[in-house]
Amino acid sequence: MSKYLLDKFLYTVDRDPELVERYRSDPRGTVEWWEVERANSLLNCYSGERSTWLKFDDTEREALATHDYVKLFELGAHPFLTLTLCIALFERDYDEPLAFQREYAARLSGFSLPYPDIAT
Amino acid sequence: MATVAAVIASTHHPFYYRASTSTGDARPPFADEWVAKIEAFRETLTRARPDVLVMVGSDHFHQLWLDNMPQFLVGKAPFYDANWYNEEREFGLPRMFLPGHEDLSAHLLRKGIDAGFDLAFSNELRIDHSVTCPIITLRPQADLPIVPIYTNIFAPPLPQPRRFVELGRTIRELVESWPGNERVAIIGTGHLSLELGGPRQFGPHGPDPEFDRKAVEWIASGDIKSTLDEVTLDSLWEPGNATHGFMDFMLMMGVAGDGVPADYVDSLDLFHTMEAYFTWYPNGMDAR
Repeated sequence: MSKYLLDKFLYTVDRDPELVERYRSDPRGTVEWWEVERANSLLNCYSGERSTWLKFDDTEREALATHDYVKLFELGAHPFLTLTLCIALFERDYDEPLAFQREYAARLSGFSLPYPDIAT
Repeated sequence: MATVAAVIASTHHPFYYRASTSTGDARPPFADEWVAKIEAFRETLTRARPDVLVMVGSDHFHQLWLDNMPQFLVGKAPFYDANWYNEEREFGLPRMFLPGHEDLSAHLLRKGIDAGFDLAFSNELRIDHSVTCPIITLRPQADLPIVPIYTNIFAPPLPQPRRFVELGRTIRELVESWPGNERVAIIGTGHLSLELGGPRQFGPHGPDPEFDRKAVEWIASGDIKSTLDEVTLDSLWEPGNATHGFMDFMLMMGVAGDGVPADYVDSLDLFHTMEAYFTWYPNGMDAR
C-alpha cells in the first residue's frame, strides 16, 4: 500500500488545470494513464531518471478510478489533497455555496477519532 | 540594530479576499463585519511603520512536497511570485508579486543555523496563501520586502510544538541582533481548530469552539507554559484534523515572549473556523 503514491496522484492532478478536467471526465482512464506515465516520474528530473517501483494496489486504483473520496480517507490519503481536488471536480455541480463540502462531510460521518493515519 | 516594530499573529482565511471584494447578491452577509475587523487589525500594523515584514506561514503542498520536505525553511530571494492556480480556482485569490529582503534572509539563515535550527532555504520560492492572506489583510499595497519562513504543520512527521515556540524565540532574537536600522514586523499565520477533508469540516463554527476559546486566551495572555502543557502532536488531532496549524500561533507566541499579553486582540466567529487577530508592540508606545 502506498499512501505516498495516492498523495502524489492527488497532488500532481490538482496542480494541473488540464489534468483536473481530464480526471473529472474520465477518472478511470486518467488513473490508468497516470500510473503508467507519471507514477514513477521523479519530480524535477528529466524522464530518463524515473523511479522504478511505484504502483497502486487494486484498492487504491479503484478508489481513484471511482472518485471515491470516502475510501481515500479510509486509506489515509492526505485529506487536504483529497478535499481540494474534489472541490475542483464537483463543487460546480451544486447550486448552493458549500453544499458539496457539507455533503462530503456527511459522507465521512462514519469516521471518528482517531482518523486513519496519514503519515507517509 | 533593527527594531521589532510589531509582532502579529493571525488566522489566514483564504475566503477573505473573495468575501471582501464581492458585491450585490454575491456578497456574504458577514462580509461587512469581517472587513471592519480586518481594517482595524490592519491599522495595528500601519501605525508600527514597518520597513520589512518577516512572514511565517506554511506551504500547502504547493512547492514543498513529500519527496523533499523541509521542516523549517527560509526564503532567500530578491522577489517572490505568489499564489497558485488551485488557489485562484478555489478561493479567487489574485496572482501577486512581492519583493524580498535577501540580507535579512541571509542573516536569519546563518544565525539560525548557528543557533541550532538546521534551516532549509529556497532561492526560488513561489509563496501561497498562508503568506499572501496576511499581505492582503494587513498590507494590501504589498509594497514592503518580505522574508518568508515556512513551517511544516502539514505532512507528518512534524516537529514538536516546543520547537515552534523555540524557533519563534530565536527569530525574535535574530531580528533584534540584525545590524540594520529597519523597523521589522514579524507576522505569522496559523489556525485555531480546523477540519479539512474530514467529517467535521465546514460546520457553522469551527469544529471545537472550546479549544478556540482556550487558544485565544493562551495567545492573548502569552501563556506559553499552559499551551505547551496541553498541546501535543497527538492532542491537536482532537480539535480538528488541520489544527496542527495552531503550532504557527505557538511560534508567534515565542516571538512575542513568555507571559507578554497582546496589545490588540480580536476574533470573529465564522462558519468553518474562527478568525483571530493579535498584535504586540515589543517596544511599547515607541513603536506606535
